[in-house]
Amino acid sequence: MSSGNPVTTGPNGRPVKPFIMPASFSGKLQVWHLLLLRRAVQIGVLLLFIGTVRWGWEVAGRPVLTGNLSSSELFGLIPMADPFATLQILLTGHLPLQEVLLGAAIILGAYALLGGRVWCSWVCPVNMVTDLSAWLRRHLGISDLFRLSRSIRYTVLALALILSVLTGVAAFEWISPISMLHRELIYGIGLGWTAVLGVLLFDLFILRNGWCGHLCPLGAFYALVGKLALIRVRFDTPTCTHCGECAKICPEPQVLNLKEAAAAGMIASGECTNCGRCITVCPEGTLQFDLRRFPVARQKPDTTKSRQRSAL
Amino acid sequence: MVKQAAITRRDFFARVGQGAALAATGGLVWSYLLKQQAQATPYAIRPPGALAEADFNASCIKCGQCVDACPFDTLKLATADAGIPIGTPYFIPREIPCYMCEDIPCVPVCPTGALDHALENIDDARMGLAVIDIENCLSWQGLRCEICFRECPVQNRAITVEHHPRRISKHAMFVPLVHSDACTGCGICEKVCPTQKAAIRVLQPDLVQGEIGDHYRLGWTIDSPITQDFKAATGDPGASAPATGLDYLNEGPL
Repeated sequence: MSSGNPVTTGPNGRPVKPFIMPASFSGKLQVWHLLLLRRAVQIGVLLLFIGTVRWGWEVAGRPVLTGNLSSSELFGLIPMADPFATLQILLTGHLPLQEVLLGAAIILGAYALLGGRVWCSWVCPVNMVTDLSAWLRRHLGISDLFRLSRSIRYTVLALALILSVLTGVAAFEWISPISMLHRELIYGIGLGWTAVLGVLLFDLFILRNGWCGHLCPLGAFYALVGKLALIRVRFDTPTCTHCGECAKICPEPQVLNLKEAAAAGMIASGECTNCGRCITVCPEGTLQFDLRRFPVARQKPDTTKSRQRSAL
Repeated sequence: MVKQAAITRRDFFARVGQGAALAATGGLVWSYLLKQQAQATPYAIRPPGALAEADFNASCIKCGQCVDACPFDTLKLATADAGIPIGTPYFIPREIPCYMCEDIPCVPVCPTGALDHALENIDDARMGLAVIDIENCLSWQGLRCEICFRECPVQNRAITVEHHPRRISKHAMFVPLVHSDACTGCGICEKVCPTQKAAIRVLQPDLVQGEIGDHYRLGWTIDSPITQDFKAATGDPGASAPATGLDYLNEGPL
């Protein structure tokens, strides 16, 4: 659409501007600021764990953050636990202690409010690996080996729960490359990196966003958890020129259905990871972080019309 | 709805079948991986208070808080190549044994109860059971070693020393014996054993312990008129003590 031709215009009558990476460093920083912030959070969380176990970090005589991303304790007081791992343990028929149930409830509540897949793009260490794959793929121009439905992750999620019941062990926790990565970074490196390398190669050569966007049951779990989350990407319909820059960079482009976005005034899908890449590439400022807008409070002339039509 | 009519019923059932087959195949491979890992469990020596192996494997969330709490760096989380269910805590006694802290710091931090919080006395822990290879144990060769006996934290209960007559000389052998009712499986004996490869090792009890079974009755443990004859003789054991060691050694040829 945009290549070579004279300036085209979007549905709002404004000319379509492609996203151009600024030449200046400060301009680049502006584009990268959310990415850098995400890396800081991802690495910072890992550092707190590593510092506590390896270097004995303490605050007022209390260990800062013990454990790992499966289950942890902040200042020896606040328990936190992976709700998906806890659910798998429950399904093996073992009722764990209150501490981990409380920790799982805290984390579940936090992500249900924040936006479930905030976990994926802001905390999960595998995100750094798959982002690297995606970056390499963009620059090397590698095409997919095959196509796979992005909904297959919900099947993997269901399998993880069923197998936990059938085998009597937490099925995903026993093979999870996510847990292998953070566990071995925190507690000592073993062969877990081979699983992580597998994810990297799979995403790079076989399927774009293959792991995080198609297979990962933890991402699927948080996509369901975050269905009604408060933090969403706002979509400002009148400013959008349909330039498509957001969908090019988005690791979950199916969430950027512009019709649905226009109707809801936001990116409503739970599969949106709130990574903010679309926000920083949008030339029009159409996309911004905002709090969820509940449908009642929003005027939606387009949808009512289409609804009337379908009713007829 | 009109558009969707393009998908025939046959197509629909074929798609459902394909989806189900994909899920089933994936599930089979996945459960095979889980089974493979679960089979590696008998070799893991677990932290104190660990539930029975199957329950432990199901309950442990692999968070490593017990590892954080261990002041001796005894505990490790199994990496993908450890041959032990991935991510679960274990220790290798020959490298760093459990020093049996009285306050057992690793247990109360366990968030799931895979390490049983009911364990209050470390002497009640059953991490494993020490087993002696009598073919390589120095004491069983007649040398004076007994290092395991002296270093054992459950002194004179988990490991005792008995003196046995020795065939090739008058010197008695002082041989260590392990008692499962007191051994915690801490592995200090395995750590201190001076042989090139430890001649006393800690293993999970299931791997080494037999079971007499109900069909054998040890007469002297049963109180009945018939079994009275089998009772051990009572009385002062010192009364029939042999001559003092010195006299005995100085009599006759070596």
